[in-house]
Amino acid sequence: MLRLNINGQAIALDVDSETPLLWVLRDHLNLTGTKYACGIGQCGACTVLMNGHAVRSCTTTAAAAEGYDIVTIEGLGASGRHPVQQAWIDHDVPQCGYCQSGQVLAAVALLNDKSNPTDAEIDAAMTNICRCGTYRSIREAIRQVAIERGDS
Amino acid sequence: MSASGGLLLSFSLPTLSRSKPWQQPDATAIEINAWLSIAPDDTVVIRVAKAEMGQGVLTSLPMIVAEELEADWRQVKVEYADANRQLQENGVYGPMRTVASDSIMAGREMLQRVGAEARERLIKAAAETWHVLASECYADYGRIYHQGSSRSFSFGEVAGLAAEVSVANVRIKQPDDFNFLGLPTPRLDVPAKVDGTAIYSMDVRLPDMVYATVLHCPVIGGKVRGMRLNAVRNMPGFIRALRFETAVAVVADTFWQARQAAAALPVFWDTRHAEEQYSDTIKKGFFAELGGAGQVISRQGDIVNLMDRADRTIESDYFAPYLAHAALEPLNATVHVQSKRVDIWVGHQDPEAAIAAVSEVTGIAAEHVYLHNCYIGGGFGRRSNTDFVREAARIAMQIGRPVQMIWTREEDMRAGAYRPMSAMRFKAGFDLSKRLVALTNHSVTHSILYDRDGATNGPDPNSIDGLHNHPYEFPAWEFSHTRKNTHVTSWWWRSVGSSINAWARECFIDEMAVAAEQDPLRYRRQLLSERPDYLKVLDLLEQHSGWGKQVLPPGSARGVAIHRSSGTIVGQVAEVAVRPDGTVGVNRITVVVDCGHLVNPQTARQQVEGATLFGLSAALYGKLTIESGQVLEDNFDTYEILGMAELPEINVHFVPAVADDRWGGLGEPATPVIAPAVCNALYEVTGRRIRSLPISDYYLQAV
Repeated sequence: MLRLNINGQAIALDVDSETPLLWVLRDHLNLTGTKYACGIGQCGACTVLMNGHAVRSCTTTAAAAEGYDIVTIEGLGASGRHPVQQAWIDHDVPQCGYCQSGQVLAAVALLNDKSNPTDAEIDAAMTNICRCGTYRSIREAIRQVAIERGDS
Repeated sequence: MSASGGLLLSFSLPTLSRSKPWQQPDATAIEINAWLSIAPDDTVVIRVAKAEMGQGVLTSLPMIVAEELEADWRQVKVEYADANRQLQENGVYGPMRTVASDSIMAGREMLQRVGAEARERLIKAAAETWHVLASECYADYGRIYHQGSSRSFSFGEVAGLAAEVSVANVRIKQPDDFNFLGLPTPRLDVPAKVDGTAIYSMDVRLPDMVYATVLHCPVIGGKVRGMRLNAVRNMPGFIRALRFETAVAVVADTFWQARQAAAALPVFWDTRHAEEQYSDTIKKGFFAELGGAGQVISRQGDIVNLMDRADRTIESDYFAPYLAHAALEPLNATVHVQSKRVDIWVGHQDPEAAIAAVSEVTGIAAEHVYLHNCYIGGGFGRRSNTDFVREAARIAMQIGRPVQMIWTREEDMRAGAYRPMSAMRFKAGFDLSKRLVALTNHSVTHSILYDRDGATNGPDPNSIDGLHNHPYEFPAWEFSHTRKNTHVTSWWWRSVGSSINAWARECFIDEMAVAAEQDPLRYRRQLLSERPDYLKVLDLLEQHSGWGKQVLPPGSARGVAIHRSSGTIVGQVAEVAVRPDGTVGVNRITVVVDCGHLVNPQTARQQVEGATLFGLSAALYGKLTIESGQVLEDNFDTYEILGMAELPEINVHFVPAVADDRWGGLGEPATPVIAPAVCNALYEVTGRRIRSLPISDYYLQAV
């Protein structure tokens, strides 16, 4: 029996512990906001938070996720819109939108780690691929969150 | 959750409602016409007959209707038009294909008429209720007012009567009359795309649904010889393995279980002949045709004589490889085949074609095939092909339950339908005073239409677009073409022929400028002296890019290119640096766009930026290598996509629209221009001409 803590809820489920976390989320828990795109940890569409850090769930086994607090895109805004999601809306970031759950969570992890990241820190942390090319809007949205936090 | 095979304790689904573009509206809403319903609470539902794949049609097309309707935009909701209804009602929505950047260009006037007709009917309904003349009434922000009295109705209050009345001779607005079109407007699909509720076809969950993974023969053109089912029969969740001519499908309770079974399933392939294929030898075949005559498309002047008498000629060969679309959402479709009905959940650019294809595969009449179009996780042309939908239908037919077929990234990228391969030769002759006397071009290109339809009359227009129909004034010319199809399959790829032809042509124009000892931008001006539309773009480009004025640091330079496609002229200047390690950095791109009128400047700018970066990824890194019949680049580790760290500064300038201007496309026209702008800049930095893509194949050094 696998025990996971997802979006603040303790879950026990009977699933092969070697199943990637991505497919546990999508096919067993119907948390389809986490996306499959490459399956080899290259693109970041499957990004989730584990204890606040951005992790690629397609190359993380369910067993390896036990004991961590996992947050998916569905859990991020569960108690009202997260400031990063709001910034994404303010900057009209998504185009096709497929990578954006992962982009949002990667940005949340970056801003957890560094409240006012430099351009180089944004470049280093935001390695998620966007095929539509929304990078400028992503960068501006991250800066907005950093500025708002600095003001408060 | 029934199909998950997992035991679930103490867990509840989030309460967020899922955003499905196909969702049916409030049942109390009154349908004004096939495009429009108005609910008693004044909600206006506008249907969109094009597919949302990031280009913003789910917002921009309803904006056009809302402008004429005089709706209150805050009361507008959108949903997809039903492709089955389109079939039942004789194409009521016009062509539903989302291709060629023409959703606004081709559909704008029809959408204006839809909105205007509905507005006039609402006015007539209000006027009849008040017993006044319709000409004394007007619509504004979702209400109908009577001039000269204080009476008014909300749209919802008169929608029932409006549905019964008819009007004739409705006039649509001219751009000067617009209140709303042309204002930056947030996209309606954004909130669902940042909270995970937007439903792509891979997110569809149906009762009793199972999952399928597919193994296509890894060697292009190979076939299935057999498989050893006993090896996987007892694996967890395994349901069935299906054998097709060129592929095997494995169906299981969950996708991961299907993958595990597929990995363990011994499949024997017949790869005779096909495994002798190498992209290098295919490429040589294209070059071998270059010296041949080709079919003349356009000719003026005694070319042979002019070239013979020229003081100097230059000749260059260009080559573009096959490319995958590599949309981030791998191709997938969910199909449920029942005895007299098929349902398809898919993100598709051409729902009518998908319905026809599934009808053909299943033998169930098209009017009983229902397609539920989903958000598309990247289309770029690939999702107008029906190959993956047909395959999902074939699998679902044998399973009798809803089946979600997902191609892995690797299957998606190895499955063909690539941007065509092309080689072409340019030759230019100059007189003693370095004036151009003649230009010739012979292109050898894989034809998309030949792949799709078999033999075609004359050259495939997709193959030669941007060559013979260039904007320049040449004294004499010849454009000729040879079709060269191979066992690889091709398809439309964002900006199609332009992405190859504009690159080669604009690079060769730069070569001509050097031969004529002219500045490349000024040289274009001379050749475009009769084209004020192009000159206007060049003017703005020069002004905004600092061309010829601001000096760049050593190791960097600017390059320019200009091209018109999908009704829009795009000019770009790229500032490019070659680093000491030989890598290329594109630091700044100035883009000037002349598309005429803009519906939503916000999405317009995004499309120009995105299309530029799509072209830049391809120019820098894009290629597919075939070795022993297999495509090597099948994931993002080998098929590199530009990332945040390489993002150039992109400044986009739109040429202001003039009276009677066009409504040019925006999804594609910026894609073909960046590759030549960057290659031309690299020549300035390194002295080397990039005549074969991608750029990363070259070892470059600044001189």
